[in-house]
Formats: sequence, structure tokens, C-alpha cells
Amino acid sequence: MGITAASLLDSWLAERIDPTALDWLRNKVTSARRSGVDAGFLLAMSSAPRKVGRAGLALSATDLARAAKARTGFQPAHWTVDQAARTLLLLAVPVTEPEPFVRTLDRLFDDGDLGELVALYQALPLLPEPDAHRARAAEGVRSNMQAVFEAIALRNPYPAEQLDEAAFNQLVLKCLFLGSPLHLVHSVDRRANTTLARMLCDYAHERWSASRPVSPELWRLVGRVAGESELADLGRVLEKGTEKERLAVVLACRGNPNTAALLTPYGALVRRVDEERVTWSELAGRDHRH
Amino acid sequence: MFIDPHIHMQARTTDDYEAMAKAGVVAVLEPAFWVGQPRTNVGAFQHYFSSLVGWERFRAAQFGIRHYCMIGLNAKEANNVELTRDVLTELVPRYVGKEGVVAVGEIGFDDITEAEEKAFRAQLAIAKELDMPVCVHTPHRDKKRGTSRSMDIAIEHGIEPGKVVIDHNNEETVKEVLDRGFWAAFTIYPKTKMGNERMVAIVKQYGSTRVMVDSSADWGVSDPLAVPKTARLMKELGIAEESIREACYSNALRAYGQSGQIKETDWTSPATVDQRTLFEGNSVLRGQEPRIEEPGERRAGVVIE
Repeated sequence: MGITAASLLDSWLAERIDPTALDWLRNKVTSARRSGVDAGFLLAMSSAPRKVGRAGLALSATDLARAAKARTGFQPAHWTVDQAARTLLLLAVPVTEPEPFVRTLDRLFDDGDLGELVALYQALPLLPEPDAHRARAAEGVRSNMQAVFEAIALRNPYPAEQLDEAAFNQLVLKCLFLGSPLHLVHSVDRRANTTLARMLCDYAHERWSASRPVSPELWRLVGRVAGESELADLGRVLEKGTEKERLAVVLACRGNPNTAALLTPYGALVRRVDEERVTWSELAGRDHRH
Repeated sequence: MFIDPHIHMQARTTDDYEAMAKAGVVAVLEPAFWVGQPRTNVGAFQHYFSSLVGWERFRAAQFGIRHYCMIGLNAKEANNVELTRDVLTELVPRYVGKEGVVAVGEIGFDDITEAEEKAFRAQLAIAKELDMPVCVHTPHRDKKRGTSRSMDIAIEHGIEPGKVVIDHNNEETVKEVLDRGFWAAFTIYPKTKMGNERMVAIVKQYGSTRVMVDSSADWGVSDPLAVPKTARLMKELGIAEESIREACYSNALRAYGQSGQIKETDWTSPATVDQRTLFEGNSVLRGQEPRIEEPGERRAGVVIE
């Protein structure tokens, strides 16, 4: 058995919060193991920031490597101490059957304030009974609070692993609508599909009709699966797009034989993408929020 | 910089947030209240409390305004005795400890009934136990007597006057409130009840110690810019800078800061990006270039999408 996410979180907190706060948390974790989600648990969840503070965990590269090893795709680089504390509480809740567990989680989500919701959605990939949380994840994608949306959509392996095609496609579209960086969606390439490519091209058309810019990231999930119907749009961007958009199309089309002919006149651009090792995060543009 | 320590943002549109941000409002405090017509079940209260600590907080942040709230069962709906019992035992204790909740409020009297008094006392007990500030709504009808009684009851429950904000004061109530050591908040209405000029007169007479101004802007005819406008009028009519700052900013911070849930640094030096709320700070306030090319494009992101 390797190191668990819970033991990592506990060790990180032990190094970062004061002893009184740590004692409080560990007591609450013990109570949670015994009594599950009762009134005391709900109070502990809400008051976590008051007890442990809200500082960033500020994890080292080694910590992050351990996190990824404990659970693929576990990316706590931007987590805060209260989020870690809330996750530990959540992981202490005893689980025997999926359905009662989901109902218990529903209670937590119903009760949660903005900060709690972010912590809960972030923690989803660490929870037992992964199959049981798909509806909940889809609900997070529907949130009007961008911070909550991003807690499930970005730096979180759960959607790519568990959401069905329709739900995942909505997540991608919403990232573009909200300006959330697509390159932070875990395993996004693996979930590319032709329905999504069509939806994305339709969206590009809407933006063009309104004379509004199209994010270069949009093409990422078009290029790799493009068929006949998408080639015209890709060609339009190669011909008339901004520099970043054109680089994006080249990067996106890599490995798709259907686009070989389309790219032939753009050898210099293709070489540039290779030689400069252009990445999606560069093309997404500078965004201090993330 | 201004603080509006009593405003019902749930009733207001994003136009108001934009105008408030532009006028220099950095923080809003939203007490829990009724929503026009009486709620009929506990779920409606839970939904409301949830949105005070969730959606509304997020919405305000998109305009560079920090949002805090108060949790409580309001005076009017305390008259639904059965519902009151559930709200007070199930919900208020749970929500009052959440992040950004600065007080138990707004509680007190509306018609001055027995049921209202019972709920008022129960919530004063909660506030006492958790050592939280209290925001007291004073009735619009029979105000002088209701205000006096509210203070008597607060003292009876062993609550320090310095932890209690008595709101919706007027010329008839102010002296007793200040004499007895409570904070005196004044709601500036555009047409009825207390107005700007009368407020200036009050500050000229009583000074600004423990005095604060708010808009209580809600679904009715009200002005979310009441605080900055009153500040401007105070300046025009010769009130000292320091008094204006107290009445329109620092007293609110001091009174509700006792909760530990609101600090000046929340808006003067937030973390570059507050991941929780995607709060970006008021770029006008901080003298920075707005991050977005087109003004208002960020605001366009707040759509019910």
C-alpha cells in the first residue's frame, strides 16, 4: 500500500498549522470516523478556516510528486490549509454503501458556503465509491460560481475519468464561455470526440458572426479529431487567424492524418511549433488568476 | 473608501454593483432579512442563507466588492412560530459560524409581538454564546419604544452594548442609543424616513462616534449609493474629513470587525488572486490598469449561464 492522500494532507498540515489547530483538527477527524456527518461535523467543516487559517499549502516539487503518486492527477499545488483540513474531515467519514454515502455528501454540498463547495469539489477524486459521484460532478459543472466550476473542472482528474461524453463536452464548452483555461483540464486530450469538435466549430462560428475573438485553446479539441466538416474552419484560421490561433491549429492538428494536406502550405509554422516547443499554456495567454 | 454595513444585495442588479464599485464602496454587509413575502418552509430559509454565504459573495467579488453577511431570523417572520422553531434550532446555529458571517442579524422587533420577542431573545443567546456582534432592526412603527425595549433586552441577556449595532435610527432614538453605549446606524432612504440632510444635522449635533450610515437598499425604493452620496453631502456641508470617514467607513469596520471575519486587508491587500471568490480587487481603487481590454467584459462573465 503506498502513502495515502489523507496521510499526505495530515503531514503537510502538521508542518504548517499551529499545534492547537492541529489538535482540534485531529480530534474532529477522530469524531468523524466514529459518528460520520452529524451536527458537530457540519460545524467543524464550516469553522475550519477560523481554526487553521487560509494560508496556501505552498507545497514543494517533492510533495507534489508524492501527491501524484498517491493518486493519479491529484494536484494540490494551489490548495490552502483550510481546504486540506476540510478534505481530511471528509475522508474520515465512514463509508459502507455508495447510496447512503452520496446522500451524506448531498447534505454537505447543500450546507456548504462558497469556500466549502470549492473544497468539496476539489476533494471529489479522493473519495471512495468514485462511480457514485458523477451526478454530483455534473452539478458542479452547472454552478454559476466560477470558483466552484473551476474546483471540479480544473486540476481535477475526476471529470476525465468519470463524466460521460455529454457532460464532459459541456465542461469544455463552459471553460471557453467563462474564460477558464482549458489547458488545466486534466487529460483533456484523451476525451476529444467528434461531437465536441462540431460543437466547438459551431461556437467559433457564433463568435465570428459577432466579430468577437475566439480563444486559441478552442482548436485543441477540434484539430486532433477533425474530419471533412472541420477542415474549412481550421483552414480559415490558418489563413486569417492571429499568430496564436494559427500556432494553435498547427499544434492541435498534430498526429491527425486528415489534416496533413491542410497543413502542407504551412511548413514554416509547423517547424516553428516543433522547434520552439510551443505549449497550450503559452497559447492560452497570460492569466494571473491561474 | 466606503462600507455599506446594511444592504440587501440579493435584491439588487449588477448595475448597482458596478455603480457602487465606481463610487468607491469596497465592502458590503448583508443582513439576513425577509424577501418580500413570507417564506413558507425551512428549505426556503436554508436556500437563502446558503446564497448569502455562497452565490451573493461570489457575485459581489466579480465587481471588486467584498461581501459579508449576517445570519438570523428576522423580526417579521418570527411571527410564524412553527417555522421559527425549525429555523432557530436547525439553521441559524449552523450558518452563523460560516466564513464571512460578521454578526447575528438582523433581529429585533417589527410589530413588537410576543413571538418576535421570543425569537429575539433566543438569538441574543446564540450571539452571547458565540461572542458575536448583533445587528438590531428597529421597528418603523412605534420606533422609539421598540428601540428602547430592544436595548433593554440586549442588556438583560448580558450582551455588551459595544457589540450591538442598533439600526434604522432617527432623531427620536439616537440620543438614547448613543448614551447607552450602543452603535447607532442610520439608514438613508431616498424619499421616506431618514434622509441625507437630516443625517448631516445628526452628525453635527452628536458627532460621529459610534455613528454609521447605511442604505438598506432592497427590493423597495432605495438607493445603493446612499453611503457615498451622504459622504459627499457631509463634505459639502462642512463635516470634518475624519468624521465622514468614521461614519461612512471605519465605524462599521470596527463594530463588525469584532467578529474577526472582516478586516481592512481583505480589500486593501487581498492575495493577488483569491481563489475562493476569484476576487480581483477594485482596479480603480488600487490604481491599476484593469486586466480586461474592454471595460465591463469581466462583468459579462456573471451570467446565469
